[in-house]
Amino acid sequence: MTICYNANEEETVTMLAVQVSHIVKSFADKVAVNDLSFSVAQGEIFGLIGPNGAGKTTTIRMMMDIIKPDSGDVTILGEKLSETSKNKLGYLPEERGLYKKLSVLDSIIYLASLKGMDRHSAEEKANELLNQTGMLPHKGKRIEELSRGMGQIIQFIVTIIHDPELVILDEPFAGLDPVNTELLKGMFSDLRNQGKAVILSTHQMNQIEELCDRILMINHGRSVLYGKLAEIKSKYRSNSVLLEFEGKLGEVPGVTEKRTRKGYTELMLDSNTTPQQVLANLVSRGIVINRFEVATPPLNEIFLKVVGRNHE
Amino acid sequence: MTLIVPLIAILAIGVSQLISGIAKPLVPEVTTIGYVDESGGFQQYTKQGNITLVRFDTADEATKALVNGDIEEYFVIPPDYISTGVINRYTLEKQLEAPTDIAAAIKSFLLSNLLGEKISPETIDRVEAPLNLVTTRLTETGTVAPEQGGLSNLIFPGVFSLLLTLSIIFSSTYLLQGLVEEKENRLIEILLSSVSPQQLLTGKVLGIGAAGLVQVAIWVISAPLLLNLASSSIGGFISTIQLPASFIVLAVVYFILGYLLFAVLSAGIGAISSNSREGQQLIGIFTIPLLIPLWFGSLLIAFPDNPIWAVLTILPVSAPAEVIIRLGVSDIPAWQLATSIAVLVLSIIGGLLLTAKVFRTYLLMYGKRPNFGEVTRSLRSG
Repeated sequence: MTICYNANEEETVTMLAVQVSHIVKSFADKVAVNDLSFSVAQGEIFGLIGPNGAGKTTTIRMMMDIIKPDSGDVTILGEKLSETSKNKLGYLPEERGLYKKLSVLDSIIYLASLKGMDRHSAEEKANELLNQTGMLPHKGKRIEELSRGMGQIIQFIVTIIHDPELVILDEPFAGLDPVNTELLKGMFSDLRNQGKAVILSTHQMNQIEELCDRILMINHGRSVLYGKLAEIKSKYRSNSVLLEFEGKLGEVPGVTEKRTRKGYTELMLDSNTTPQQVLANLVSRGIVINRFEVATPPLNEIFLKVVGRNHE
Repeated sequence: MTLIVPLIAILAIGVSQLISGIAKPLVPEVTTIGYVDESGGFQQYTKQGNITLVRFDTADEATKALVNGDIEEYFVIPPDYISTGVINRYTLEKQLEAPTDIAAAIKSFLLSNLLGEKISPETIDRVEAPLNLVTTRLTETGTVAPEQGGLSNLIFPGVFSLLLTLSIIFSSTYLLQGLVEEKENRLIEILLSSVSPQQLLTGKVLGIGAAGLVQVAIWVISAPLLLNLASSSIGGFISTIQLPASFIVLAVVYFILGYLLFAVLSAGIGAISSNSREGQQLIGIFTIPLLIPLWFGSLLIAFPDNPIWAVLTILPVSAPAEVIIRLGVSDIPAWQLATSIAVLVLSIIGGLLLTAKVFRTYLLMYGKRPNFGEVTRSLRSG
């Protein structure tokens, strides 16, 4: 099933960062991406999720013009991707590394020069970003001397040093400690606030929930969920409320079942009852309510539900 | 490597000067050897260059003188020498055979004594060395050809074809290793997000090729200077080596073509190999034919007209070394050169088309190397 969302309706003024329409890519033995369409607006963090082998990396590679789709179109920043428009993109691939023998600063400057930066401004920006990430003391070290997490930070610096309009990050948190994860998340939000588009592909659903405005979930190369995260979550909610209260609850009309959880109670509602009616009933009976929340399932649960159904 | 080869050549010239400098004082030393004339008639011409011959009446006297150290060695001319030609030589040294200067002195001594009464000394000299062959190659119009053949002319093409082969192997191996290293370190995808596969391939081939070409150019340019240096100090046969202009042109042409062919092969192999060891093994299939002309260089000198050399000239992987080495031995028919260059150019274009196909697909495939069937399938479909 697909929840349709057309970014054009709301984002008529700003140009779309990515417009993918009906792309198909098959390899020798299987169809990796099958008729996939979506768009990403500027100034949003977009989540690309799906189980292993769903076609996420293939989709990203087609967006980056690393591989060509068999059919369909990809428009990046309003135009077909060319060698010059590649300089407006920053890409952190899932399979990534650096020249082991090169120093941190030289690595950054070389890869920035491939994005069209001159040496002087690359060095200036590199120092600024190294300082921001606390990596400045390591700038003379060779890449092989760094820990894996430090290498990840350097790769992230390489991804954004040329001030790209669109940043694509494939599993950016893999191998990072909580401190560096928070550091990176802060930098993603900065990018969004600067009006950049950020595409985040990860298995870590809690990160998606925390960061993303909209998501695309794919499975077997097809879109299975697409749209605003809040809308998707409300669609998948189980029509129950979470309640913390003092005193005796007693019988509540419209509640089919009461489940006692750790520290709170979950009330399952029948299909004719809204949470508002339940709240009104409780308040009218003078029950002291410490917490009243419309239950929305975690993205993880939705993921399992949708993927599980598709597996059948 | 670029500057080391000319430097080694300068060093070699220096060392040879040094050795000849040390060797020179040894030459004027006078050697005394004894002889016993049982045949009769061998009394004159006892001074042969630096070797003085002393006559003893009996072998016992000669042995005594040898043991005392008065003479270095002695020989006996038996009574039946005229009919058998046998000379018995006695020495204290352990030798494989008689030193050439001693043998030459004895030979000259015998010859002079046998003929001295009847023939003029000049004729004796001629009898000793009747042939001093000087060959001049003429062109079809009858004038003296600018390129003269000769064994000495083989040395430079021989050495040069070795250097050219090494240079091609080093350059293409460098390209292969760079590519596989970027693959192993997972840099390829980061690079491809900035440049296209074509740009990556072209940049690598041209960059490393230019470095290799500079290397070959330095060798080619330094060669005439080194030859001058060598001929003024060592003299002798090295000064007779001539470097025809066509040789220099062909050396550069074959380096460029040979390098391009191997660069394209290396890039293709680099794309499908998952580590550098695997890549080295695969490229070995192609570097062995490149080396074949060097292994069979001596056969080429012995049988320059065998059709196998034409095959090796036209076969693209062996052509660079074969053409250079053949230039030193004999002429290469124009049709063979033209065919060889044409086949090389076509192989490069063909290789480039195939490499371009596998490059994009397999650069991003890590881990398992695709087998031959998979590659051919993707060539057909891709």
